[in-house]
Amino acid sequence: MIVAEQKPLEEIRNLIRGAEKVLVVGCGTCVTVCFSGGEKEAGILASAVRMASRVDGRPQQVTHAVVQRQCEWEYIDAVRDQVREADLIVSLGCGVGVQALAERFPEKIVVPGLNTAFMGMPVEQGVWSERCQACGNCLLGLTGGVCPIARCSKQLLNGPCGGSVDGHCEINADTDCAWQLIYDRLKAQGRLDLLLEIQPAKDWRTSRDGGPRKIVREDLRLNPTGSD
Amino acid sequence: MSSANNGFRTESRLERVLRSGTFAVTAELGPPKNADPAVIRQKAGLLRGWADAVNITDNQTAIVRMSSIAAGKLAFDEGLEPIIQMTCRDRNRLAMQADILGAYALGLRNLLCLTGDHHSFGNHPQAKNVHDLDSTQLIQMVVGLRDHAAFQSGEEIKGVAPRFFVGAAENPFADPADFRPLRLGKKARAGADFVQTQLVYNVPRFREFMARVCDLGVDKQIYLLAGVGPLKSLGAAKYMRDKVPGLDVPNEIVERMEAAGKGIDEKKAKAEAAKRVGIDICVELIQQMREIPGVAGVHIMAIEWEEAVEEIVTRAGLAPRPNGSAAK
Ligand code: SF4
Ligand code: SF4
Repeated sequence: MIVAEQKPLEEIRNLIRGAEKVLVVGCGTCVTVCFSGGEKEAGILASAVRMASRVDGRPQQVTHAVVQRQCEWEYIDAVRDQVREADLIVSLGCGVGVQALAERFPEKIVVPGLNTAFMGMPVEQGVWSERCQACGNCLLGLTGGVCPIARCSKQLLNGPCGGSVDGHCEINADTDCAWQLIYDRLKAQGRLDLLLEIQPAKDWRTSRDGGPRKIVREDLRLNPTGSD
Repeated sequence: MSSANNGFRTESRLERVLRSGTFAVTAELGPPKNADPAVIRQKAGLLRGWADAVNITDNQTAIVRMSSIAAGKLAFDEGLEPIIQMTCRDRNRLAMQADILGAYALGLRNLLCLTGDHHSFGNHPQAKNVHDLDSTQLIQMVVGLRDHAAFQSGEEIKGVAPRFFVGAAENPFADPADFRPLRLGKKARAGADFVQTQLVYNVPRFREFMARVCDLGVDKQIYLLAGVGPLKSLGAAKYMRDKVPGLDVPNEIVERMEAAGKGIDEKKAKAEAAKRVGIDICVELIQQMREIPGVAGVHIMAIEWEEAVEEIVTRAGLAPRPNGSAAK
């Protein structure tokens, strides 16, 4: 899932300063599951902003709504009427959701209420951890299912650096050394030979380094182009 | 190409010393956190004649310093044989290759390929880190520039190709311990000519590492220089034992540093006594390293204490250094 956390209330209030009618839009997918931008959080944020604006003597009208999936236009259309009523929208979706709203309603000011952090998963109640950086050419088949791009602090591809100690990454004792995890798993599976091969320099073109990315599936398009 | 160099891969003086079978000595020179060439000249003066080659560090511990290539050129002009350190942290493959061409054009002949300490330790933790290549891939790139006259992309170099004597680093004390000799073997297969290790204070553990390196035959593929360094104070010994990831300083070493200052009240004399013992320990370590099969030399890291190198090398019986790296 995409993991995000809410911006500080003060920052959000600065972003919406001057707006009279504010609509907070939550999302029913990843950010609901990570407790940062679902129905509940959207409601809490709306009332917090409302109260704070009243205390300041410049009351703002703040309502909230939630869409099932903020990253698809079809779902966003469900809140079209509420959007029309508002001067400004606070998106509690991930960065994709914010942009989808801004693209769908170009005349409206859309601001983010979350900081989108990473693609990851919950590893215990209340703790989420990064798992993938979408490098565009997955290496997990070579590394025992542990990603060295997202989980090694230096994105090493040929084994651990000299700072790996007791299973921890050199950056701090709270971070697992990805290469210790890779080593342990491959060793347990009797596949250490995979680590003896030199992994050549990675081609980062499929990652963000190649520019913004796009996938086109001609077989799925309604109006295919290119072929004839 | 090799015939032009009488069978040597490069014009490196370090390569000549190692190939001759002489027990090699390298040292370290840290560039200043400013733009003053006099600092390099002064440190070079302290090291000249006492080491076959001298590592010039590259933003060591992720702190901005004078560039290793610029400082290396200054040291070269002072008669040192620099080993330019290059980390993967700060530059992508374009910037690295540009710097490698430039370093060679300036007369530098040794390059040490490093991952680099994470920048969160340094004075710009806000920076974007690079790690386009890892250290093994950097070795491959530098070897490719030399042996195939080709850029990393495969494009041919028309004209002079940089021919570096290529170094690597290894930490025998980091985890997973079993993988360390294998990782060194990977770097040797990538084409590294020599390797310098992390500081050795735990000799039994280092012996185990070396036994494995020799079992694998890696000592035949690469010249290994064991890292040693004089401890400057009890505080430094404790800090290295407790705070530096991947360093193993046994308690008995810390205790010796502690005993050095016992019974001395005057602060300066106490510090001086600790420094003496620090040097004694370093000399003993070198003597032990010389007995370990597969060790081709020592790399003396006397960080911000360059003046200690002369005494260490002399007392370890490693002076004078062979021709070509002697004092001017
Ligand atoms: S290798 Fe690339 S695609 Fe695979 S998990 Fe890692 S970052 Fe994601
Ligand atoms: S300690 Fe492990 S995870 Fe951290 S940078 Fe080194 S290899 Fe990567």
